Amino acid sequence: MTWTQVIPAEWYLILGTALFGIGLIGVLIRRNVVIVLMSIELMLNAINLILVSSSAYHANLSAQVFVFFIMMVAAVEVSVGLAIFTVIYRRKESTDIDALNELKG
Amino acid sequence: MTSFLILAFPLFGFLLLNVFGCFFSKRVSGFLASASVLASFAVSVLMLRDVFLAGAIRVPLFTWFQVGQTNVSFALLLDSLSLLMCLMITGVGFLIHVYSIGYMHEEEGFTRYFSHLNLFIFFMLFLVLSDSFLGMFVGWEGVGLCSYLLIGFWFQTAAFGQAAKKAFLMNRVGDLGFILGILAMIMAFGSTQFSVVFSGASQLPIGSGIITVIALLLFVGATGKSAQIPLFTWLPDAMAGPTPVSALIHAATMVTAGVYMVARSHVFYMSSPIASTVVLCVGVSTALLGAIIATRQSDIKKILAYSTMSQLGLMVSALGLGAYSAALFHMLTHAFFKALLFLAAGSVIHALHGEQNVFKMGGLRKSLPFTFGVFLIGALALAGFPPFSGFFSKDMILLAALDHSPLVFGLLVLVSILTAYYVCRLVVLVFMGTSRSDKTAHESSWIMQIPLGILAIFAAASGFLHLPEALHPEFIVVTLLAIGLMIAWCYRRFSQVQTSDEKTGIVFRKFYIDEIYNGLIVRPILLLARFFWTIFEPVILELPATILGKSVMFSGRRLKQIQNGHIGFYLLVMTAAIAVILVQLLWI
Amino acid sequence: MILGLFCFLSLLTIMSALSVILSRNPVYSVLSLILCFFSIAGHYILLSAPFLAVVHIIVYAGAIMVLFLFVIMLMMRTSDVGLTSWVKRIGSFFVVGVLGVTIVALMQRGTLVLPRYLASVEGSVSSLGRVLFGQYAIPFELSTILFLSAVVGVVMLGKKS
Repeated sequence: MTWTQVIPAEWYLILGTALFGIGLIGVLIRRNVVIVLMSIELMLNAINLILVSSSAYHANLSAQVFVFFIMMVAAVEVSVGLAIFTVIYRRKESTDIDALNELKG
Repeated sequence: MTSFLILAFPLFGFLLLNVFGCFFSKRVSGFLASASVLASFAVSVLMLRDVFLAGAIRVPLFTWFQVGQTNVSFALLLDSLSLLMCLMITGVGFLIHVYSIGYMHEEEGFTRYFSHLNLFIFFMLFLVLSDSFLGMFVGWEGVGLCSYLLIGFWFQTAAFGQAAKKAFLMNRVGDLGFILGILAMIMAFGSTQFSVVFSGASQLPIGSGIITVIALLLFVGATGKSAQIPLFTWLPDAMAGPTPVSALIHAATMVTAGVYMVARSHVFYMSSPIASTVVLCVGVSTALLGAIIATRQSDIKKILAYSTMSQLGLMVSALGLGAYSAALFHMLTHAFFKALLFLAAGSVIHALHGEQNVFKMGGLRKSLPFTFGVFLIGALALAGFPPFSGFFSKDMILLAALDHSPLVFGLLVLVSILTAYYVCRLVVLVFMGTSRSDKTAHESSWIMQIPLGILAIFAAASGFLHLPEALHPEFIVVTLLAIGLMIAWCYRRFSQVQTSDEKTGIVFRKFYIDEIYNGLIVRPILLLARFFWTIFEPVILELPATILGKSVMFSGRRLKQIQNGHIGFYLLVMTAAIAVILVQLLWI
Repeated sequence: MILGLFCFLSLLTIMSALSVILSRNPVYSVLSLILCFFSIAGHYILLSAPFLAVVHIIVYAGAIMVLFLFVIMLMMRTSDVGLTSWVKRIGSFFVVGVLGVTIVALMQRGTLVLPRYLASVEGSVSSLGRVLFGQYAIPFELSTILFLSAVVGVVMLGKKS
């Protein structure tokens, strides 16, 4: 008996959803910009987890390739995001997301 | 296709003057305007032979529009009637253009004046050349517009602008009748083209209802344009325009459009006795009313205006009598002598620097001998003094009236006697006796005298164009005697008059018709307008709009607070929106 | 045994994730996140994707989290800004709760078709490399341009103007 028969696919989905929800709550309730960025990473990882599990259950490697790409984009996103954050920090002297209140159309 | 050029020249002149007018000197623009009308006249003369040979020529131009079964196309119809009108319009029009060069040479809007004059000639030719009632209506409206523009030429003076508006609105009342007539015509015959309509009408029995309705509606249009009762009060006020305009539009051409229209649609009137009777009654009473009012006026142009109204009434009476050729003949001679009288009056006004009151003139025959000469010819023609042109045309109308009924004949003779009276009074007051003016008069320039001279020749001699078959010697003798006596009496009565003593009386006040119209029609409409302005619009129309606008602005101000710029808030809203989308998936 | 491993890893993941968003000190958050990433890597191994697990550790724990730590330690003062207003917090919990319930409900209704068995798939380096450099060669090459532009952008942003 291998582990593959033990764990139903739903469990991974529920785990991923929970992780995604935690990340989302972090994005919504934290005011520190760095924590918000980290919560976004959590959400991305939730998606990755679901993708890898579905790759396993569907026996299709494409999903793993997508996870690979998502990691790349996440790395890029984090580096650019943190660079933007440093610029904002330099200008505002604050890490508060509520200080970013100039986004008006 | 050469007939098309009759229309093209004035239109081209108008466009040229309107677009490039600011680059032309006064001399050039006056010359261009006159030349375009002269060219049009020349083409009309060239067409004379073709029309003589062919009878009537129809020149299709293009299809205007097509609605259901009704196909409206523009086409020119050249027959003897329309060509006669063309020659008259372009001939007299050309002379008045030339005269205007001298008369208007000091004016600011010289180019504007000539461009409007050319546009008027274009629309007038369109009116008479069109081969359908709808095309005629286009020209009809066009001349109304030009009349409005030219009466209001000195729009800086408020009263003149008012006069222009009055003319326009009164004509609009008539035009409503005309357009209803056209609609009735389309209902009855499915077309407005002359040939179709008239052949259809001639197949209906005499006195049939629809013909009477059409004829009466068309005549309402004619009363507006030709200043007949009850739509005549605009014509005296229209004298606010420059004198050559009065001569061209309000004496020689536009006001005769109603006569032309009735003559053109004579098929209707011949098969509708009721309509003919109405036309006759309106014509006779207008002729009488105009002549009576003209006897007591003191403004030289107003006298001529009421005289025009009276003479138009005479033409309309002739139409009502069925004497169409007499009416058209009088229209032609009237165009010559009335244009001459207006232009000569303009020359007098010009010489006295704008003075129009005849009681401040007098004794001008010495200082203005040429003007006196031509004015006298015009006056004698208007009075019907043989052998001047007016005698022959009036003679024809009176003979037709005699055939019809003694009452009409008597009334028209009365009109003629009154005409002779006010004409003699006018001539004596202006030219005889001693001068009552403190200004020194001087003869006008040659460019104004030449048209006067040519018109005088026509006014004197055009009666011989259409000699009656049998001249009645007793008629001539009676007329000569009557007018001679009138002249003598008027000379005694008015040559030594010093000041006007006729400021009162019901006739001087023009029978209070303007006041009656004011009280009965204008006031209630103004009151209604005031009601709409002060009560209806603010309460009924504006209030809901204001509430709507205010509520939109209020909700906008509230909604604006959503966009507060906080990224955290945006994120929350975005997530909530995604949640909503997912939730609605549950129901799919 | 396997079930126990799964449960342990899942618990570790959830707890560390909660710690990320709830701890007051950002440095603790970063450390919790690193722990979370390691547990996720454990899941990957469990799902027979060892290559991804290794890449995950290298990229996230090795690169990204170090970046976070640097930024926090260089820039942030010790005093931390707290949570958002309670209205927003309640709104957030409500919205996320609705989202989660909806997703679970969708799963229950069978809108998402899930396989009942676990197929054996070889997530080894060689097989993944064959897919990556075969079918997805062009996107893979293009992603380098993304990296290049990111590098240029970060340098531009980081320069003190």
